[in-house]
Amino acid sequence: MDQNLKHRIQAQTAKVLHLVALFIAMCIICIPGLWVVLNSLRPTVEIMAKPPVWIPSELNLDNYRAMFGAVGEGGVPVLQYFTNSLIISVTSTLIAVLIGMAGGYAFARYQFKGKAAIFIGLMLTRAVPGVSLSLPLFIVMAKTGLIDTHIGLILVYIALNVPFTIWLIDGFFRQVPIDLAHAAEIDGCTRWQAFWKVEFPVARAGIASAGIFAFLTSWNEYALASQLTRSTFSKTMPVGLRDFTSEFTINWGGMCALAVLMIIPALILTFIVQKHLIAGLTFGGVKG
Amino acid sequence: MVRSRLPTWFVLLLPAIIILVAVVLIPLILSLYSSFTPYRLTRPETLYKWIGLFNYEKAVTSAHFWAAFGRTVLLLTIALNLEMLMGLGLALLVNKVTYGQRALRTIMMFPMMFSPVLVGFQFKFIFNDNVGLVNNALQSLGLTDVAIPWLVDGQLAFISILVAEMWSSTSVFAILILAGLFAVPRDPIEAAKVDGCTPWQSFRHITLPYIMPFIYIALAIRSLDVARAYDIVQIMTNGGPARRTELLWTLIGRTGYVDAKMGYANAMAYVSIFLAIAFTIYFFRKLNAARAELGMAR
Repeated sequence: MDQNLKHRIQAQTAKVLHLVALFIAMCIICIPGLWVVLNSLRPTVEIMAKPPVWIPSELNLDNYRAMFGAVGEGGVPVLQYFTNSLIISVTSTLIAVLIGMAGGYAFARYQFKGKAAIFIGLMLTRAVPGVSLSLPLFIVMAKTGLIDTHIGLILVYIALNVPFTIWLIDGFFRQVPIDLAHAAEIDGCTRWQAFWKVEFPVARAGIASAGIFAFLTSWNEYALASQLTRSTFSKTMPVGLRDFTSEFTINWGGMCALAVLMIIPALILTFIVQKHLIAGLTFGGVKG
Repeated sequence: MVRSRLPTWFVLLLPAIIILVAVVLIPLILSLYSSFTPYRLTRPETLYKWIGLFNYEKAVTSAHFWAAFGRTVLLLTIALNLEMLMGLGLALLVNKVTYGQRALRTIMMFPMMFSPVLVGFQFKFIFNDNVGLVNNALQSLGLTDVAIPWLVDGQLAFISILVAEMWSSTSVFAILILAGLFAVPRDPIEAAKVDGCTPWQSFRHITLPYIMPFIYIALAIRSLDVARAYDIVQIMTNGGPARRTELLWTLIGRTGYVDAKMGYANAMAYVSIFLAIAFTIYFFRKLNAARAELGMAR
């Protein structure tokens, strides 16, 4: 009986410890984010209060109202930023995934000379720090008149994401047995049809996960966007955060409101795609 | 398919090659050229003066440069290792959950949705010495009555940046390692249990080798994304106070844009690109070795 009891107590302790550890970990992950949400709903006086106000006395939408309001009242052209971000991120993600599919398919299905070299070369373009790229890119864009345009940023983000999408998608296509495609071709499909009807559906989960990584990268990118955009016509949301800072002070409430607006699309998208994300990574990761 | 005399693989790769040449390679060649000139943004004519390796000599003999270089390597090493360990821990915790795992996975990825620039502002506020969350909490709990200058003291500022960096990137490791844990086959673990292995033994000898490739993939991705730390550092301290958190990226960014010494900044950037390349190649070799152990190398 002693033996049994001891084991049961051990198992119970392990279970409780597991739950406690999980709870603490989730708190650490969530609190900074919840703090941002909470601050977006409080007046500045309370955010900056000393001694601190832990339990808010009132929550209101003043910061949001000010943000959507006129420029003179602390408003920023937030809808324009949102639209810019959306156009740039979605377009660049779609194109990067298409290019990544073509490139990944080439790596997964064809044998050719210098394959490893080209592959490493692609990866190294991602290794170039954004800072050292932004200086010359600015000059090139200025010469070609692409500064302050959507197209300029879209091109940059495609290039930023293509190595990564190729790498991931290559892994997913390797998971699809080549016999499957061959069988389809014997049944009378062209190679093109075999790809769309057989190989693409199988690799779809992986392609979705490559897409979400690409989207999050372009949605959140700041260093290059801050150099290549000048006016509200092309500024993205991360650059827009800067509108709330002046030389010595920061409008925390307004900034938090914009931050919340910025996270919502990413949160929704990730929640929808996250099932594919895990499945996709499991597929593509090891043998990629 | 496109009818052409070019091989199909080349046609398929062509879009990727074109965009990378246009957006990455051409600017890099331009910056490589400008690193041999005394180019200043304010005086465009300086772009046509050739001064050979002068900028490189200036960079490699500069104490500021090597201090920033060392600090960057230090930050990367500590951050990558801690993120990997914590990501592993988090993945193991979530993997053990049987109920509500999908919600937990979404929460786990929460920091990934935060733009690094946002993480910078967020932690700048949290570590604010006067009204920040950390100091307020410490004071409310009575642990200290003085305001701790988290972002002003050199050492503390480094730690604050490290915390921000880890908060934002641990979930990348967690999600990739969790994907790895899903791929571990059940049979060997069952067999080990029957043979009387302790949980630690079966983790060490069965689970860990299976997830090693995933760990190296995460390390490779993160080391490739090192440039992202620029946003966080630039916003939290901008290399200050008095250069005590100066990293390569803030140093290069400031030299290029604030001091307008483009040529010199590009020379420093080229020296530092070798760092990124070294990290990349190192993790790729590790990854291939780990795969070879599992018999999954190409």
